[in-house]
Amino acid sequence: MQKLKNREELQAKSRFYKETLEKQKVKILVCAGTACVASGALAIYDAFLKLLQEKNIDCQLTLDDEKEKESIGLKRSGCHGFCEMGPLVRIEPWGYLYVKVQPEDCEEIVDVTVLGGRCLDRLTYKTEDKAYKTQEEIPFYKRQHRMVLQNCGHIDANSLDEYLAIGGYRTLEKALFDMTPEDVLKEMDAANLRGRGGGGFPTARKWRQVKRQTAEKKYVVCNGDEGDPGAFMDRSIMESDPHRLLEGMMLAAYAVGSDEGYIYVRAEYPLAVTRLNRAIKQAEAMGILGDNILGTDFSFRIHINRGAGAFVCGEGSALTASIEGKRGFPRVKPPRTVEQGLFDKPTVLNNVETFANVPMIIENGGQWFRGIGTDNSPGTKAFALTGNIANTGLIEVPMGITLREIIYDIGGGMRGGAEFKAVQIGGPSGGCLTREHLDLPLDFDKLQSAGAMIGSGGLVVMDEHTCMVEVARFFMGFTQNESCGKCIPCREGTKRMLEILERIVAGQGELSDIDLLLELADTVSSAALCGLGKTAPSPILSTIKYFRDEYEAHIVDKKCPTKNCQKLKMIVIDPQLCKGCSKCTRVCPVSAISGKIKEPYVIDQTKCIKCGACIETCPFGAIKED
Amino acid sequence: MSQVCDYQKLDEILEKHRYDSASIIAILQETQEEYHYLPREAFDYYAQKLKMPIAKIFSIATFYENFSLEPKGKYVIKVCDGTACHVRKSVPVLDRLRKELGLTAGKVTTDDQLFTVEIVSCLGACGLAPAITVNEKVIGLLTPDKAAEILAELKEGESHAKA
Ligand SMILES: Cc1cc2nc3c(=O)[nH]c(=O)nc-3n(C[C@H](O)[C@H](O)[C@H](O)COP(=O)(O)O)c2cc1C
Ligand code: SF4
Ligand code: SF4
Ligand code: FES
Ligand code: FES
Repeated sequence: MQKLKNREELQAKSRFYKETLEKQKVKILVCAGTACVASGALAIYDAFLKLLQEKNIDCQLTLDDEKEKESIGLKRSGCHGFCEMGPLVRIEPWGYLYVKVQPEDCEEIVDVTVLGGRCLDRLTYKTEDKAYKTQEEIPFYKRQHRMVLQNCGHIDANSLDEYLAIGGYRTLEKALFDMTPEDVLKEMDAANLRGRGGGGFPTARKWRQVKRQTAEKKYVVCNGDEGDPGAFMDRSIMESDPHRLLEGMMLAAYAVGSDEGYIYVRAEYPLAVTRLNRAIKQAEAMGILGDNILGTDFSFRIHINRGAGAFVCGEGSALTASIEGKRGFPRVKPPRTVEQGLFDKPTVLNNVETFANVPMIIENGGQWFRGIGTDNSPGTKAFALTGNIANTGLIEVPMGITLREIIYDIGGGMRGGAEFKAVQIGGPSGGCLTREHLDLPLDFDKLQSAGAMIGSGGLVVMDEHTCMVEVARFFMGFTQNESCGKCIPCREGTKRMLEILERIVAGQGELSDIDLLLELADTVSSAALCGLGKTAPSPILSTIKYFRDEYEAHIVDKKCPTKNCQKLKMIVIDPQLCKGCSKCTRVCPVSAISGKIKEPYVIDQTKCIKCGACIETCPFGAIKED
Repeated sequence: MSQVCDYQKLDEILEKHRYDSASIIAILQETQEEYHYLPREAFDYYAQKLKMPIAKIFSIATFYENFSLEPKGKYVIKVCDGTACHVRKSVPVLDRLRKELGLTAGKVTTDDQLFTVEIVSCLGACGLAPAITVNEKVIGLLTPDKAAEILAELKEGESHAKA
């Protein structure tokens, strides 16, 4: 591959690929994101390949070879965010989306759709009362506003050529040849993009702080640690549209004067690492990354570091320590990362989604970006919608959308028709929002005032059957386990808070425990060294604030109102129904049941381990959970 | 003690990272990929070659959860207990796997060195919650019964391999 030496060569390349892409009259996009691969997507790709060859259909796997006539493109795309319905196959130009596709379906897809141009209704997405032919009509997508995730699922995730064909790296070219670094910063100022990694810090301000430093060497670091368990926005971007991330990092590097960058990727994302590595190699081979990019004097290299399983490494100073080959301990600030970050040099540290927003801002201008979302939180936000909701998946919505729209319009309401109870937003560092917040516009500041935060984008929807004390315990278990142990308030405080919560869910809590929790929460959040400890009490604080009665029920009545807490369950025998057959005594693993034949039996609650075995055994249905 | 490490392999890894001690995490990761854990001998060898204190290498290996100083089973099963998987009942899946294999939170590897069961927080496959990985392969939409079937299949494959 010849390196591109100037902008004209890049433009010519892009034009060539665009024309080749346009000759693909039909495109078969097989989703090859982590989840769809798990559901068998690669076998589907292979099946299509084999079928097209067998049927002698001219098909194109890359854009490299020039085609005289029209052809059919077969590609592996990234994640559509609708993983539950996978494996997904999208067919263009019609935009048909086929769900839960099996290799056996491929032949019919080729005959009916690829060759016949008709929709194969059997495989489309359906709700109770309606079938949806195209992806865009599906309610899950209809209310979304996909900008950052625009290409996810719609382009070949392994191909630089295709990224170029749809106008990729055009913004980099524009910046390098038509804009000064200051011009780039001005657009970023105007856009008021705020960091998508959780804190919402203005990106332009961060870049300016780095730019101002006198050190010769500066770094650009991308935080792809995505620690919030249950969130996968960043995974999706890295896997589906890796070049967009690289382009965003390069624009940052150009703006602040950096020549070296790192991407720190969570250990559990091997596919993202593969795709990013490939993307870097492709860009280097083409002269888009490396020394003297496109013949200019701007040079930039990107390395990839894999995490090794420590949530705290998502914190800025721990992350840079980890890249340096040290233990991932956060350190006291100042000095801040912008002054002394990676290898003690000024460092731009941004989240994956933040960088992925940059190319379109530079392309369309900061003012354009300002027009989307709300005044103080422009743009969109990607959320991972999970929990007891009908449609789970990855969504992108304008800032300022309400929870109601997300849950009912996009999410399709609660799963199984249960009542909505709360959402946990921002994962283990965030808080919960309840029914009273359903119409609150979601943006950085509004959420903060409600005691929650946008966070990285995890949105766990919970229904009436969820125990909020158990939710708080679950998150505290997570943070306690992930506390790095460097500072005492977090190391000890999270342990004590977890112990108290464990006591409460086991029915051994006291009323004073609530006050103790609040006091500990206050101490830990004000005295901990890093964000992990500072935000660790948030789930406790917000669940006590909105669901104090549930805490009290566990403590005073020794009852879990939602019947979740195993240890508070009571298994009892109804004396009216019990015929005294003694069957249950034989299955009880701890001999907790006793009685006389033909008289009602009783369960000794101090012995019973609530295994439930007796319930199924009783022929008269006399044993119940109370 | 039998020799676990192929020093030539270790040299290759070191070479790839240009004997740079700042790459120690990546070096350990690649070592673990080779052996499924970090053999004791590798520590001595790296300390000598990278001219860094062995204690420092240990401190890194013990800080990061992914590193194991104990040999792991041939099949490493990671059960996701991230939020999405937790609310979709990952714990019963974990319990079942442990029960079938006679493992606990404290004992994670079977005596025959075939299976290791660990917990992770989110594999990024939340849409298929609850999810697990067997070695690198992600398997989604699990139930306790499905988990038991997977074990049975793996065991079956093993007994065939032996026969
Ligand atoms: C314990 C902890 C974990 C974090 N994890 C992440 C993470 O996984 N991904 C991320 O982008 N930011 C994470 N952050 C926030 C980062 O420290 C940092 O603010 C962010 O990467 C800056 O990028 P942004 O301004 O683009 O959001 C974490 C912070 C803390 C305190
Ligand atoms: S707050 Fe917790 S995670 Fe952060 S430095 Fe202190 S102990 Fe470590
Ligand atoms: S629930 Fe289990 S332990 Fe309790 S009485 Fe029934 S069989 Fe015995
Ligand atoms: S991996 Fe295919 S839709 Fe998410
Ligand atoms: S929470 Fe289990 S895969 Fe994300």
